[in-house]
Amino acid sequence: LALAGVAFADPVDDKLVIEAEDETIELVTTAPAPAFLQETLDTIYSGWHYREDETRDLERDDFDNPGMVYVDRGLDLWNSAIGKGGESCAGCHEGPESMAGLRAVTPRVDEKTGKLMTVENYIDACVTERMGLESWKWTGDEMKDMLALISMQSRGMAVNVAIDGAAAPFWEKGKEIYYTRFGQLEMSCANCHEDNQGKMIRADHLSQGQINGFPTYRLKDAGILSAQQRFVGCVRDTRAETFKPNSDEFKALELYVASRGNGLSVEGVSVRH
Amino acid sequence: MTRQPCLAAAVALSLAAPALAETAPKEVHFDAGKVADSLTGVPGDPANGVKVMTTNALGNCVACHTIAALPEVQFPGTIAPALDGAADRWTEAELRGIVSNAKMTFEGSFMPAFYKTEGYIRPGDGFTGKAPEGELPPILTAQQVEDVVAYLLTLKE
Ligand code: HEC
Ligand code: HEC
Ligand code: HEC
Repeated sequence: LALAGVAFADPVDDKLVIEAEDETIELVTTAPAPAFLQETLDTIYSGWHYREDETRDLERDDFDNPGMVYVDRGLDLWNSAIGKGGESCAGCHEGPESMAGLRAVTPRVDEKTGKLMTVENYIDACVTERMGLESWKWTGDEMKDMLALISMQSRGMAVNVAIDGAAAPFWEKGKEIYYTRFGQLEMSCANCHEDNQGKMIRADHLSQGQINGFPTYRLKDAGILSAQQRFVGCVRDTRAETFKPNSDEFKALELYVASRGNGLSVEGVSVRH
Repeated sequence: MTRQPCLAAAVALSLAAPALAETAPKEVHFDAGKVADSLTGVPGDPANGVKVMTTNALGNCVACHTIAALPEVQFPGTIAPALDGAADRWTEAELRGIVSNAKMTFEGSFMPAFYKTEGYIRPGDGFTGKAPEGELPPILTAQQVEDVVAYLLTLKE
């Protein structure tokens, strides 16, 4: 019994090859840990390796992946003339393929403004400044559909967020948050996703808490979830007062957590339970 | 019929008001991790201890610990040592100390402190994600701690 428990505790040895509409894509779901983590971890794993067979299978074929519905909705929105003056995303950017690569390198510091930018921040800038609209709700349908569409354009590309130069102070701040034991349960991200990854916390198999798969379609919520929305849930579970999506704290944390996954493939829209 | 609501209110009151002899979280005396005196002076109820240990919003000990003596608990966690035989390894005072604040016994432990109200970073109002409005209650009441200790004391091998 004890042995079976140990075997079950390991990330599953498996390969993620996705049947897409007109191609087959093999994703990198395990990789050597980035240099700054090498004293702590040898290998980084996508959260995909910690899920049950049925959940993993849903991500192998776009036809089965429930997240693709949101990508389609995102494409409709992309092409719609929703701006105050009839502007559409497509009008300025042409096809969504023009966004290829962005998800792999964000959050990143914008050269012109010096601000830390997530994909959502870029979307918001265009929605408000270039289309004359009110901001979309940060975790609302429009924002997440668009996030899903834009993330899909980088599927298969290696996460490669910068942690030095202008990004360094944000990254340090995110790192500090990652190791802070929040809430009445006094638990840090590292307590669960670094010290105890691979173990079971009740019925949940603890992964490394990587965000290369985000946004993700979460079966439990029957909907799509951004990385910062997942952070809200994890912090709340420590009986803590959470930070809000798009807060400086969660943006910095998103950069830091993304960097722990440098080398894994962007999954576009993953499936988790 | 008019008397019933009064009775219910009286019962609720007696449940909410701490017993006179109860030791407040800030007053618990730890001696090298051990807490010698009962927090309430009322003997613990092991059956209620089991309930506290297996209820998510209370102790949720089984999120991390397995207990072979409780085979009906589905999917216990594998993070912490199995609790079977705890009473052979620890005295009552040691167990009371571990449940009240495990960090006094195991430095930097991952195990939460169940009878403590201060020293937290951004504590929330339970699992709401919001800041607490009034004073923060401990995760378990003094009597719940005693009930858990009473159950742990039955775990002999
Ligand atoms: C009390 C334990 C606990 C703490 C503390 C915790 N998490 Fe989690 N987290 C979980 C569990 C359980 C899951 C679901 C299973 C899994 O993927 O690990 C999860 C899932 C995740 C996921 C989804 C991974 C995927 O591939 O689907 C991310 C990302 C994540 N956590 C990040 C964080 C961050 C960042 C923090 C700190 C702010 C944090 N977690 C704190 C327990 C925790
Ligand atoms: C009126 C023109 C216009 C419209 C309409 C517009 N954008 Fe943009 N968008 C731009 C310009 C110009 C930039 C580049 C800004 C810069 O480099 O500072 C940009 C940048 C971006 C970026 C960052 C890309 C990168 O690689 O840095 C994203 C993401 C983006 N837009 C998404 C959208 C979405 C989604 C919509 C529709 C909801 C939209 N845009 C509508 C003009 C537009
Ligand atoms: C989040 C994880 C977690 C939870 C929840 C938890 N514990 Fe623990 N517990 C631990 C860890 C880890 C240890 C091992 C000591 C250490 O290394 O910190 C431990 C140690 C113990 C020990 C000593 C182990 C031994 O040698 O027998 C006892 C007794 C104990 N816990 C009881 C409880 C009780 C009772 C509860 C619930 C009221 C509980 N624990 C909840 C993580 C947890």
